[in-house]
Amino acid sequence: MKENLYNYILGIADNSLILGQRMGELCGHGPSLETDIACTNISLDLFGQVRSYFQYAAKIAGDGRNEDDIAMLRKEREYKNVLLVEQPNTNFAYSIGRQFLFDVYHLAFLAEQQKSADLTLSAIANKCIKEVSYHERFSSDWVRRLGDGTEESNKKMQEAINDLWAYTDELFHQTEADKAMVVEGLGVDVTKLKDEFYKSVSDLLEEANLQTPESKWFQKGGKEGIHTEHLGFLLSDLQYMQRTYPNMEW
Amino acid sequence: MTTTEQHIDQILIPILEQVSDPEIPVLSIMDMGVVRSAQIINGIVEVEITPTYSGCPAMDVIGDDIKKALKDEGYKSTIDLILHPAWTTDWITPRGRKALEDYGIAAPLEAQADKDVLLNEKRLVKCTNCGSQNTRLVSQFGSTACKSQFQCEDCQEPFDYFKCLK
Repeated sequence: MKENLYNYILGIADNSLILGQRMGELCGHGPSLETDIACTNISLDLFGQVRSYFQYAAKIAGDGRNEDDIAMLRKEREYKNVLLVEQPNTNFAYSIGRQFLFDVYHLAFLAEQQKSADLTLSAIANKCIKEVSYHERFSSDWVRRLGDGTEESNKKMQEAINDLWAYTDELFHQTEADKAMVVEGLGVDVTKLKDEFYKSVSDLLEEANLQTPESKWFQKGGKEGIHTEHLGFLLSDLQYMQRTYPNMEW
Repeated sequence: MTTTEQHIDQILIPILEQVSDPEIPVLSIMDMGVVRSAQIINGIVEVEITPTYSGCPAMDVIGDDIKKALKDEGYKSTIDLILHPAWTTDWITPRGRKALEDYGIAAPLEAQADKDVLLNEKRLVKCTNCGSQNTRLVSQFGSTACKSQFQCEDCQEPFDYFKCLK
């Protein structure tokens, strides 16, 4: 089995899976019906992308596991998502801030992944980037509205950005699998996306009447399977059916 | 790999045209452009379909419906989901666009116009009820992944707009 490729794919897919689950939690709880539908639409897009990745990962693993097994039957430490995407929906500003920070990264990542020498990965990126550009439009629009809205909305949006900031640097860390895939021309060198990311984000924050945090203190670990306490709770929801009724089929 | 041509056996076209998108029943999958190839190889129909949006739950149903339609005509079939080249709204046929409009879903505009309307900067989407262009974006996301919500400011009709995807 091509272990590096498998781990590289999981690194990408787990971000979409966990963020999709977080957005899905808002179903029925959005601040308005339209926004509620938008959040779950984003969730649906992300889950769709995850299916493509996990189908491919299952093929590479070749050990009889299917896409659902990979999604539902791993333990917490085996999830490779960044810490950013597992952060909870503390309030709507946090949901939007998390989405915005990830979308800016995700768009830049997919633009590079389209050039991958791996035809399946480039095809998936080609498909996803169209959807993610809608996500980025939605989340950046909301950052502007909240930042440039009332005193209260500005305060909440700023708090969310400040709190989530510590999780941004990890987006640009490389695992051993990532490095190997870059060498083979299959993977994206995320370290090269960093400058552009911080520039795009601070430009929009400025436009939204928000401050770009100056803190240089960052958290990491998700990519190596070391998560914040939030992931365990998220997984107990996500995996509930498979853990309670093993092997059940929809 | 970059070809956007469809390779569909002429005999199969009338059968495939009977299958429609379960979410938009007036639109045949042929007019939607999701069938990329359909060939009879060694007596089995091999069909390739491509999803409109990654998470479109209709794809599994469409696959099953194609199998059933072919089976009713005596064909065995296999369905493959392909991702490349990625589907675009350009593949919706003129007949498909008309079917959408008649059904109350505004057909996709060109890419730049689409961007303008979804940022609520220009009013270009025509109301499917009264034809007025005095329409307002309600939400970029609609009842399904492929649509956004609009409302006509003249006749007040709420309606869906099929988002441009390129």
